[in-house]
Amino acid sequence: MFESLSDRFDGIFTRLRKRGALSASDVDEVLREIRLALLEADVNFTVVRSLVGRIRERAVGVEVSKALNPAQQVVKIVHEELTESLGGETLKITFASKPPTVILLAGLQGSGKTTNSAKLAAYFKKQGRNPLLVGADLQRPAAVEQLRTLGAQINVPVFSEASDPVTVARRGLEEARAKGRDVLIVDTAGRLSIDTELMAQVREISDAVNPHYTFLVVDAMTGQDAVTVAENFHATLNLDGVILTKLDGDARGGAALSVKEIVGKPIAFASTGEKLDDFELFHPNRLADRILGMGDMLTLIEKAEEVYEKDQAQEAATKLLEGQFTLDDFLEQMQQIKKMGSLNKLIGMMPGVPKELKNVQIEDKQLARVEGIIHSMTPAERADPDVIDASRRGRIAKGSGVDPADVTGLVKQFMEMRRMMKQLGGFGTKKLKSKRKDKGGKNKQQPRGSGSGRVTAKGPAKIPKMPLSLPGLNETGPAGLPKLPGFGR
Amino acid sequence: MEIVLVLILVAVLLAGTATFVFIGRRDRGVPVEPPPATAPLPTTFVEHQSRPDGEVQPHVEVEIEATIEADELAVDGLEALLVEAPVERPSFRDRLGRARGLLGGYLTSVMSRAGIDQQTWDDLEEGLLRADVGVSTTTALLDDLRAKVKADGIKDPSALLDVLQADVAARLGGFDRSLRYAEVAPSVWLFVGVNGVGKTTTIGKLAKREIADGRTVVLAAGDTFRAAAAEQLTMWAERAGADLVRGNEGGDPASVIFDATERARSRHADVVMGDTAGRLHNKSNLMEELKKVRRVAEKGAGTVTEVLLVLDATTGQNGLIQAKEFTDAVELTGVVLTKLDGSAKGGIVLAIQQDLGIPVKLVGLGESIEDLVEFDPDEFAAALFDRS
Repeated sequence: MFESLSDRFDGIFTRLRKRGALSASDVDEVLREIRLALLEADVNFTVVRSLVGRIRERAVGVEVSKALNPAQQVVKIVHEELTESLGGETLKITFASKPPTVILLAGLQGSGKTTNSAKLAAYFKKQGRNPLLVGADLQRPAAVEQLRTLGAQINVPVFSEASDPVTVARRGLEEARAKGRDVLIVDTAGRLSIDTELMAQVREISDAVNPHYTFLVVDAMTGQDAVTVAENFHATLNLDGVILTKLDGDARGGAALSVKEIVGKPIAFASTGEKLDDFELFHPNRLADRILGMGDMLTLIEKAEEVYEKDQAQEAATKLLEGQFTLDDFLEQMQQIKKMGSLNKLIGMMPGVPKELKNVQIEDKQLARVEGIIHSMTPAERADPDVIDASRRGRIAKGSGVDPADVTGLVKQFMEMRRMMKQLGGFGTKKLKSKRKDKGGKNKQQPRGSGSGRVTAKGPAKIPKMPLSLPGLNETGPAGLPKLPGFGR
Repeated sequence: MEIVLVLILVAVLLAGTATFVFIGRRDRGVPVEPPPATAPLPTTFVEHQSRPDGEVQPHVEVEIEATIEADELAVDGLEALLVEAPVERPSFRDRLGRARGLLGGYLTSVMSRAGIDQQTWDDLEEGLLRADVGVSTTTALLDDLRAKVKADGIKDPSALLDVLQADVAARLGGFDRSLRYAEVAPSVWLFVGVNGVGKTTTIGKLAKREIADGRTVVLAAGDTFRAAAAEQLTMWAERAGADLVRGNEGGDPASVIFDATERARSRHADVVMGDTAGRLHNKSNLMEELKKVRRVAEKGAGTVTEVLLVLDATTGQNGLIQAKEFTDAVELTGVVLTKLDGSAKGGIVLAIQQDLGIPVKLVGLGESIEDLVEFDPDEFAAALFDRS
């Protein structure tokens, strides 16, 4: 539905000619795509305009780098601009010399204020502080109950009473002082930024407790309206920072950039889930990736991390890239990958995958057929498919309910795939290989019938052209694992 | 051929994901787990524990009094009224008055010029994008408009806006927006969506409306995850005069909804409204849970006739993805667009209706119980261009 940035550049990349420096028209072509990507990411229209302007200034005339193609270069500049815009000064909470340090949370309905009030309390408690939560949302049914329940979970007291929000806040402050609590976190009711009455009320609450920090809580999936909301809240409350919530979703999060540009204050925290410890300091580069459409990759990483142990993954990948992957390994990995979700969706998340592959619809039964064939093999056959002769083939075919030709096909293609993945791995390991002993005789290096087995579909031939535009990954080269082409090329 | 593709896909995935996991930004630590069950909160309302196969255990029941507290209804000049007295439902116009004129900028620019020039098109594009209509839908709308301008020789900006507005209304029109009932009661209406959109509040409003129209309603507290979610729905049940079925916090949501259908059957109620926990659509385990809820909701006496996606009008392009994912999982029958009384325009519904064929049935215009209206394409289009 929404193309990732690298998809967009596939076309431009092939059309751009190599020149000494990036010309204005080169840059404009790329910027057109970037503008679209940013708008689709919910970055505010006006913010996009100024951002694109800044990027254009930086990009035109820049020397074409040897390592990156022009499109990648521009993306790198965009990424840097975004990171800079999103980051800058990080917010460091300095505690008041005369406690308590008062923190006020404000925002639209449903943005996550109550949950994040509790998360903040948990966060400070972990740092050894003594927080008190104040339930000043008397509007939403059971809002105070919700806060009390959360407070009980983290053993933080909650103060509230059935009066009015301003009084509750004021009395909460008194309570904190009386009980020697050093941090006071005031949860307020969600309100529309254009509701003059309620905005006046939150101003009153703020005046009553004089917060040291006022945070605007913003939902990461907010669209273009984030600007209006930020403007109004900032004008009323003079915000100190922003808490960005529901980042565990797949919204690109462009609203964050808009808010940051308007408010000019740091995005202090990121809320990444419904549990109270799903709370962390904000990472600008991560959101920059996400806004540019590389966020799917992050989701992919998260899914993979859920399913894989680090060493498992490393082991499997090393085997694959060194050409030692067996059908057994393949079977095992298929099971793991299935746990991560639908195969189509996962492929969709990977950057740099050619469109032909992405549009292929793989149904579960096709997967099941492949699995079935492999299951019908004996361990010996799986370890060394070369031993599969006509009679074995027949047996396997019968056992899995397929044609003997399908079995041949599978084995052939598997070997071919294995060869190609090894080739892929080979690109980065040239240096390593020269130091290592020759492993030639150890395993079957030659695929059977290599000539006729050549895959002619467009997809496989393009696999080596992996992720094109992932500037963030250029630097990291994990020890021992060969770099895939496209990374730091 | 398929085998080849499967092999390649798996290999690519493996190489890719393993590499990425390896390079992976930071150690994530504990993988995602299902929410832990917390101790049940004391309640004086109906508690019902039973298995989906119908084994029912005796329960304690307390009559819910339908009382309305005065301040809860005092919004925008509405007097505090008793449940029975008829109240005029708010219209778009009332609520949108507050937002009107805020975004007049680009419109003023369009109208201020004598004719139609490039700036006009730029302004229109800005206006549509600003309303969260989205890039592809905006492009389609403006392409159509350009064609019409050429064909009909439109020269006046006001006329141009009329045509655009009419086009938007037309694109939104042509859907059956009525809420459906089963031939044999009870009907089951499920409310789904991501976190914080207004599912519980919407149920409260809709229950009130159904009861005012003479139907009996049972609410099912199917959000068993969020702290005090059942308490929140309980308060709405009180306000609306509806029956309520809840379970323990951390319990199985599907069985709560099932129990509610049993309750509805035994009481000859017309509609069961099932609340569900907010969930992000990219969480596969939670979407699986939702599928189960829908399946189980029909196992007993109930028939699921509406699965409504509650969508926050402030949502950007992610709204379309939400609609797609939720409809893939549980087959949506409609959308409830909430918080439209704010400054957001909710333009994403254009794409949702056009691309996915899912109609917006209802609109939420505030936090009080009366603030729910039927979606009207003409009014929505007018509001989109600040011309109501």
